[in-house]
Amino acid sequence: MLEIIDLHVSYGAIKAVQGISLKVPEGKIIALIGTNGAGKSTTLRTICGLLKPESGRILLEGQDITGLPTKDIVRRGISMVPEGRHVFPDLTVYENLMLGAYIRTDRKEIEEELEEVYRLFPRLKERSQQLAGTLSGGEQQMLALGRALMADPKVLLMDEPSLGLAPVLVQEIFSLIRRIHERGKTLLLIEQNARAALTLAHYAYVLETGRIVMEGTGADLLKNDEVRRIYLGEGEVAG
Amino acid sequence: MSRFLKRDLVILVLAAVVIAWANGDLEGLLGIPGWQSYGVRIINMCAINAILALSLNLVNGFTGQFSLGHAGFMALGAYTTALLTMDMAAKDRVFFMTPLVEPLRNLTLPFLPSLILAGLIAGLFSLVVGIPALRLRGDYLGIATLGFAEIIRLIIQNVRKVTNGALGLKGIPQVVNLWWTLGSAFICYLMLRNLINSSYGRALKSIRENETAAQAMGIDLFKHKLLSFFISSFWAGVGGGLLASLLTTIDPVQFKFHLTFQVLLMVVLGGMGSLSGSIIAAGIVTYLMEFLRIVEETHYWGSITIPGIPGLRMVIFSLALVLVVVWYPKGLMGDSELTAQGVKAFLGRFRKTLRLKGGRPV
Ligand SMILES: Nc1ncnc2c1ncn2[C@@H]1O[C@H](COP(=O)(O)OP(=O)(O)OP(=O)(O)O)[C@@H](O)[C@H]1O
Ligand SMILES: [Mg+2]
Repeated sequence: MLEIIDLHVSYGAIKAVQGISLKVPEGKIIALIGTNGAGKSTTLRTICGLLKPESGRILLEGQDITGLPTKDIVRRGISMVPEGRHVFPDLTVYENLMLGAYIRTDRKEIEEELEEVYRLFPRLKERSQQLAGTLSGGEQQMLALGRALMADPKVLLMDEPSLGLAPVLVQEIFSLIRRIHERGKTLLLIEQNARAALTLAHYAYVLETGRIVMEGTGADLLKNDEVRRIYLGEGEVAG
Repeated sequence: MSRFLKRDLVILVLAAVVIAWANGDLEGLLGIPGWQSYGVRIINMCAINAILALSLNLVNGFTGQFSLGHAGFMALGAYTTALLTMDMAAKDRVFFMTPLVEPLRNLTLPFLPSLILAGLIAGLFSLVVGIPALRLRGDYLGIATLGFAEIIRLIIQNVRKVTNGALGLKGIPQVVNLWWTLGSAFICYLMLRNLINSSYGRALKSIRENETAAQAMGIDLFKHKLLSFFISSFWAGVGGGLLASLLTTIDPVQFKFHLTFQVLLMVVLGGMGSLSGSIIAAGIVTYLMEFLRIVEETHYWGSITIPGIPGLRMVIFSLALVLVVVWYPKGLMGDSELTAQGVKAFLGRFRKTLRLKGGRPV
């Protein structure tokens, strides 16, 4: 569905991504893990067209979308949950969700999608008229997820959806991600929480200073010694 | 006709009648001779200022961009309207130093097309400024529009063949009456309200809130900002045209930065992102501007002479703006609108306070 070939991205002199290739097959959950500053968010922003790559190609369903403006990439079916949520704070929950459906025109379909999102996140329905900025952190993350779903994307990109959430909420978010996947979405998931991400993902890539250093199925990586030491924390290996 | 529109019309007519009645000028409302009394003139100014504040609010309040060029667009609208509505004789009387260029000298149009052209020319120039400035991220629009307004003013001052330079234009036909000003203000309000409540308006607000996230929704930032700026400038041009016809005299000095500042004050005072706030603040500022004329006039109390200080009103208003920004940054209305329920709730709270303070409930 989505394929990245030898991607290079720089911020001026800083080479943030140095030759990444990865594949996100249809209907799968792919995880991208790595330490801080590894270049995960940079990769995601480049897929969305928010950054222009130095070189490399990005293909969606075989078509080259490299360097297209974000609005066209979104229209072709890629939607993003940005790092740090970025909801529209002074707009209501409802308005935020409707903005997610901005590229769609069929009113009936939008209404149905809204009902669907409300079914997935009943808390958003209760708070539909509340200003997004007054939601709790977890609720804002759900809103960011719901908003991205409103576009009915073919591929959903998520940048650290569990960032800054209490453990109970992290679990809730991950079970929601699973449900979103069960509804037939293809997901590319960035996570610091490697254990949860690897448990969920069909396939995962490990990123370090802009390069992919390891890849494999989630289960394989969970068993890998190096991954256990660096990303899961030595203390947890026994448990 | 939608239910909304009907309700708005009723409100408008009621408001006009009440205002006219309060000023003892009911005949003024109907456009009968003798309508040009002081009270009616102030209502006209209120309506024009409402148009200016509403349109500036669209860019600065709803879209989160920062335009400082309203005076420039108003000047374009005012000169367009003046040159198109004056007849040849009136033009010849004014252009005695340097004659007016030929096609313009003969050209006289009715008021309505002149006013629409005034808006369109202002809009056209907004594209000239906006296309380069809005492509860039950040507050380039502020700098660009500030410079633009001053350039327009200097051009008007110097291209005497078209604008009569510093001498300005006199004898502009006074076509406007309350119908024109209140009518235009009403249409402007309706148009902006419908825009803001549409998915387009939602997109504008999302740009104000977070450009990157708005972009990630698939919104074309540039296109939306430009549209907002174009509509805003169009109405600034219309406002300038109405002003020219109301005052019958215009000159380049009128369109200095203080004019933009005055409109900005209304927007901030009323609340960035509130249409009703802009209308209310336009009323307040217009009335205060008139009221404060006292401080600029010389007073004689017996043997004591208190000299008036020209420009003191603007000093007072600058201070007012600073105070509003410091103590009341959200303005009168914040970004909410005045609604019947809102007024009821407010009155309810007001009564409660009175009761709590031991006052008699009214
Ligand atoms: N706007 C920017 N300007 C300059 N350098 C940047 C910018 N954004 C990111 N970088 C740099 O690029 C590198 C990769 O950053 P990126 O945000 O992609 O990391 P990340 O893997 O998402 O990290 P984290 O897990 O902390 O979110 C870092 O070294 C970072 O300092
Ligand atoms: Mg990141």
